[in-house]
Amino acid sequence: MGYTITEKILMAHSGKKSVSPGDLIECKVDLCLGNDITAPIAISEFEKTGLEKVFDNRKIALVPDHFVPAKDIKSAEQLKVLREFARKHRIEHYFEVGCMGIEHALLPEQGLTMPGDLIIGADSHTCTYGALGAFSTGVGSTDLAAVFVRGKLWFKVPESIRFVFKGKLNKWVGGKDLILYTIGDIGVDGALYKTMEFTGEAIERLPMDDRFAMCNMAIEAGGKNGIIAADDITLKYVRQTTKKSKRKWKVYKSDKDASYCEVKEYDVSGIEPMVSLPPLPSNAKPVSRVRGIRIDQSVIGSCTNGRISDLRIAAKVLKGKRVHKDVRCIIFPATQEIYLQAMKEGLIETFVKAGCAVSTPTCGPCLGGHMGILSAGERCIATTNRNFVGRMGHLKSEVYLSNPAVAAASAVKGRIAHPEEAA
Amino acid sequence: MIIKGKTHKFKDDINTDEIIPAKYLSHTEPEVLGEFCMDGIIPGFSKGISKGDIIVAGKNFGCGSSREHAPISIKGCGISCVIAEDFARIFYRNSINIGLPIFECAEASKAIEEGDEVEVDASTGLIRNLTRSRSYQAKPMPAFMQELIEAGGLMKWVVKKK
Repeated sequence: MGYTITEKILMAHSGKKSVSPGDLIECKVDLCLGNDITAPIAISEFEKTGLEKVFDNRKIALVPDHFVPAKDIKSAEQLKVLREFARKHRIEHYFEVGCMGIEHALLPEQGLTMPGDLIIGADSHTCTYGALGAFSTGVGSTDLAAVFVRGKLWFKVPESIRFVFKGKLNKWVGGKDLILYTIGDIGVDGALYKTMEFTGEAIERLPMDDRFAMCNMAIEAGGKNGIIAADDITLKYVRQTTKKSKRKWKVYKSDKDASYCEVKEYDVSGIEPMVSLPPLPSNAKPVSRVRGIRIDQSVIGSCTNGRISDLRIAAKVLKGKRVHKDVRCIIFPATQEIYLQAMKEGLIETFVKAGCAVSTPTCGPCLGGHMGILSAGERCIATTNRNFVGRMGHLKSEVYLSNPAVAAASAVKGRIAHPEEAA
Repeated sequence: MIIKGKTHKFKDDINTDEIIPAKYLSHTEPEVLGEFCMDGIIPGFSKGISKGDIIVAGKNFGCGSSREHAPISIKGCGISCVIAEDFARIFYRNSINIGLPIFECAEASKAIEEGDEVEVDASTGLIRNLTRSRSYQAKPMPAFMQELIEAGGLMKWVVKKK
């Protein structure tokens, strides 16, 4: 009996000769991650042990990205906890404001996440790096502290669901639409505790940024990890990023006779840009069916859709246009490198001329932290990943999830719109 | 250990933004987080809690973010355990790691009503509904997780192993 990619990576990191779904195993971790919300609790747990040293100061990444630049005194104190711990333990991958980015865009860009790696992060969207053919999953703060101590963590070997995407994508449709469509089909617990392995000709043609967006939202279906086998597109990307980190990689592929608990097939040629209505990412509808809903704000960015190709798409829609007078459009390049690239390509100028606010990288509005909080009765279309009740502010505010083209077109029209309507 | 308390019922897919909204995430103290437990769905929830009360929920309890603040706030407001049809996986890990007892039991999740008096034997997973004189059996916890709990949580176990 063959193995899936996920099983192979877990096996390689556990030292076991075989694994089966349901097995509880301990694995070595190649990289662990914490941010300004989750790491302070991990640091406090680590310090309670009285240990002087972390397991390996080159395998820990600390990224202050949620409430930065510090939004108030309390968050400034949390950021200080992170900074002081990073200094004390000489954490190699600590990223200060001015160098930081949203963690799940930053770490791949810096070459810290590689195909074949086993990565854990105290942030639920850590599943993003599965796009590179890594096993990557979100955990809690105490789990992170345990890795600080031993460099290992326990895992239950998950069952895998294989998703096969056939056909050719329509114009304005990308990875975000495929994942919203998928979550719409299987529900917010459709992949609970399981691996979502994305395959098929549409995935093989999908650019890296779109693959990141897909794996990023595996957690929104309850998935333990999302994963896409590394191929030429992946290797072209990591050959660039490894110049910075000098990290090595290993490509794993699922065996032909690997076992899956379920196989789902989708013909992507019938999928149009998708919008997930509040209050769950699974309320996904084709944009043509929700056109016309008035909006007060449009947010373009986040760990899901704040990468350079997302900004290019938004700029294509916004070029020469004006944001509707009743809408605030806020754009967040996900990292400093993306910001700089967007500047070189003239995208930032396009945004500012269209009447958008362009921000330094931060998770801010996505989780209702700062930089774009909604009041009662307000509605936002966002390229983020969650539309739970009160996610972006007041309990009586609403969030609609979409791709960057739909969010940009909606900003121009003042209502949810298909990108063609603004073109 | 025997847990006994009055139940508070919740629907399916309760997410961590509902359990503890992001505006409280700069806090880490259990008492502060406990005060705002369930603030995203029932503001003021913690004021109606007596120590030992039990949360009973549907499926996928604790979905969404990885914030450990969620189980910390539940424990911090005096809730003794959570019974649900099933749990989102990061919430499940976090609860075991911080020592919040959780029980998976579809039958109990459906049959128990708001305000019922319920008694749980944490070692066997036997749930007794004292109000309705019924009992339900929760899924047994894997031996490894029982080992973690007996060690006093993940950190104590890890340090012992080092």
